Amino acid sequence: MKRFLALYAGAAYLFLYAPLFVLGVFSFNASKIAAWRGFTCNWYAKVFHDPALLDGTMNSLTIALVATIVSTIIGTLAGYALWKKRLPWLTNSLYLSLLTPEIVTGISLLAFFEWAFHFLHVQLGMHTVILAHISFSLAYVVIVILARLRTLDPALEEAALDLGANEWEVFRRITVPLLLPGIIAAALLCFTVSFDDYVITSLVAGVNSETLPMIIYAMARKGVSPEVNALSVMITMGLGVFILVAGRLEQRA
Amino acid sequence: MKHLRAAFLAPGVAVMAILFFAPLLIVLAYSLLTRGAYGGVVPPWTGESYARVFDPLYGEILYRSVWIAGVSTALCLALGFPLALYIARAARHKGLLLNLVMLPFWTSFLIRTYAWMFLLRDTGLINSMLLSLHVIREPLPLLFNTGAVILGLVYGYLPFMVLPLYATLEKLDPYLLDAAADLGAAPFVTVWRVVVPLAKPGMVAGCLLVFIPCLGAYLTPDLMGGGKTVMAGNLVQNQFTTARDWPFGAAVSLVLMVLVLVVTRALMRRTEELL
Amino acid sequence: MFLRYIVVYEVDKVLELRALTKHYPNHHALKGISFSLTQGEFFSLVGPSGCGKTTTLRLIGGFEEPTSGEITLAGRPVAGLPPYRREVSTVFQNYALFPHLTVAQNVAFGLERRNGVTRSTIRNRVEQALALVQLSGKEARKPNQISGGERQRVALARSLVVEPKVLLLDEPLSALDPKLRKQMRQELKSLQRRVGIAFLFITHDQEEALSLSDRIAVMNQGSIEQIGKPRELYQEPTSRFVAEFLGEVNWVNGAGIRPEAIRVSKENPANGARSVAGVVESSTFLGNVTHLAARLPNGANCTAQLPLNGCTFELGEPVHLWWDASDELRVSA
Repeated sequence: MKRFLALYAGAAYLFLYAPLFVLGVFSFNASKIAAWRGFTCNWYAKVFHDPALLDGTMNSLTIALVATIVSTIIGTLAGYALWKKRLPWLTNSLYLSLLTPEIVTGISLLAFFEWAFHFLHVQLGMHTVILAHISFSLAYVVIVILARLRTLDPALEEAALDLGANEWEVFRRITVPLLLPGIIAAALLCFTVSFDDYVITSLVAGVNSETLPMIIYAMARKGVSPEVNALSVMITMGLGVFILVAGRLEQRA
Repeated sequence: MKHLRAAFLAPGVAVMAILFFAPLLIVLAYSLLTRGAYGGVVPPWTGESYARVFDPLYGEILYRSVWIAGVSTALCLALGFPLALYIARAARHKGLLLNLVMLPFWTSFLIRTYAWMFLLRDTGLINSMLLSLHVIREPLPLLFNTGAVILGLVYGYLPFMVLPLYATLEKLDPYLLDAAADLGAAPFVTVWRVVVPLAKPGMVAGCLLVFIPCLGAYLTPDLMGGGKTVMAGNLVQNQFTTARDWPFGAAVSLVLMVLVLVVTRALMRRTEELL
Repeated sequence: MFLRYIVVYEVDKVLELRALTKHYPNHHALKGISFSLTQGEFFSLVGPSGCGKTTTLRLIGGFEEPTSGEITLAGRPVAGLPPYRREVSTVFQNYALFPHLTVAQNVAFGLERRNGVTRSTIRNRVEQALALVQLSGKEARKPNQISGGERQRVALARSLVVEPKVLLLDEPLSALDPKLRKQMRQELKSLQRRVGIAFLFITHDQEEALSLSDRIAVMNQGSIEQIGKPRELYQEPTSRFVAEFLGEVNWVNGAGIRPEAIRVSKENPANGARSVAGVVESSTFLGNVTHLAARLPNGANCTAQLPLNGCTFELGEPVHLWWDASDELRVSA
């Protein structure tokens, strides 16, 4: 039994990692077709000289950064308020937004923006993408923050109040520092979810707001491209390093 | 305290109201209107779009979505259970083993899908290898079919199954396994009669976490399912872009959401019963 | 005749451990222990926590394999046999009742694993087993719906119903509160007499072991210090460890004397008894007895256990403590 499970687990990990590993290996393939023709780093060089890709990366980073900062702040405040007093309708709405299929969130935001533009005379673009990302990542933040708050001893806040701090000071000096690992974890989740999103983004993006996942999607549709392989490896590595560093920060906080 | 709490809640409530509920209301309104000549919506109000969701042509897509999501969930459960059991029973490095399962979740879903496309395409790695070894003459149709969609979904959502399963299995009293063995139960019997029943809450939670995103999946069927409209998610996208029939797309969206809610409610009830 | 005696004697040993050792990477849990159980015997393994008694039980149960040595069950070696093929059954410390099964399903679990046991047989045997432990009528309850004492009895019924050659009990009474523990002790003993199965009982409570066992093995740091009948061990311990583990001992000039063997008087008794002078330091009334502590001239303390009305001494009063030479414990170390 033990041996069966160990063998099985080995196979399962292979299943999880082999595709990504193969992708990585073939990002160094000298040929454009999926057969090994020698080692090259050309595809990586090509990625760095593709202006569309660089623009897309900048767009993705900007969107993810802004959306993460805004959602994390709003979500932390809301999570704290929900911890103080439960509001089932708000919690349930947040869960509902998590359960909603991405495509439905995407088209409803698209319909909403198009409708609103009748009155506001603006166009789809980076701002709509950012708003959409704030909308779908808020629930992640609140849930992570609430989970973290539940491990907090309420007596600490009471002690601070008892020592003469007002509510804002308690929040600022006691709760936020204690909550910092949770806030970092929430921001981390937000950033990766935002950076990775294709479905919603592609629906609410306008001209000049093409993101990295949108470019990868377009390339993936076209066929095998070692450039996408190289790009994928860099994104995966980049996210990996980012998560590692953020994880360390979270532990230290 | 009251003022502070209200101030803390306000931005969150505003985001939910403006960027979640208002769009949903608009979709609801659109679903009850008539298709405009050049896209968009026009009066009169009608329930016709909902009738069309259930007509055989489109009903089949809805039915297929449920079926694909169900098969993918079952496969995730079958594949994830032994893995979760292995990690929960591992003597050392439990955290590492679990993180290794969760790690792909942190890397891009799109890239993970692309990785499989790279393997399965007609010009992909598996076919070109088999061709060059003269095992086959024509590329095997590995991609762009329902099987490929299921593979993509299982690959994408397996971590969601393993995590809750691990959480319940990890809490399992190891003496229960000893007791079962002591009473004459062979290892597989112990798993079937003791471990599986006790892991039910985790199984239900895992199924929920996998089935819901699978049911509303768009990207995987779009990329790995080929040109056909495979699942409800693709139907929605298709109606809002190429077909430009917004009322119908909106109706399908809402039916999909109701389906998601019904399944969630049912599985949550089951979890509460079990706990 | 002699041969037959040997055969009978050998078969009579339902369980035998020979030179059993168990080494872990940085810990020698068992350093070669040997003992055997005869049919129907109530045998206890006692010792402080970490002495290796639970390891011994797990080796017999088949949850772990020994580093060296042999275990035979009814004359057959069991090396390599997994737990589910061994004809022993364990009552776990926390009972390990399956929380998703009812009382009756828990008890039936082991029987269902056997081939060729019909449903009606299972039903009858479960019924009998539950009647044996006085749990008739609670068949349909789940483990979390019954009391701690009842859970203990379910665990007993579940193990007894498979008719093991030896029943292994891992501190089964330790999870109960003290009052219930005393009651269950009586029940356990009478149950064991009725079923006639050998019990291997593990405890760190010497009183439990003394009151229940036919024989006791005292363990210390992975070895057996002494094996014998309760009275033997209590009155003739071969080591200081055994003497002290099984009860209080006063060490006076190298000889051990149990507090209840000491008498106290104001005058030196000139009857040839051993005696020592001391000063009363404290006296503690415990209801049925009184504990009197006296300080001896060499600074050591000596405790005597006096009958209800036996203590009429003042604090600081000089007294003589005396005992029969035959009551002295003679230990080697």
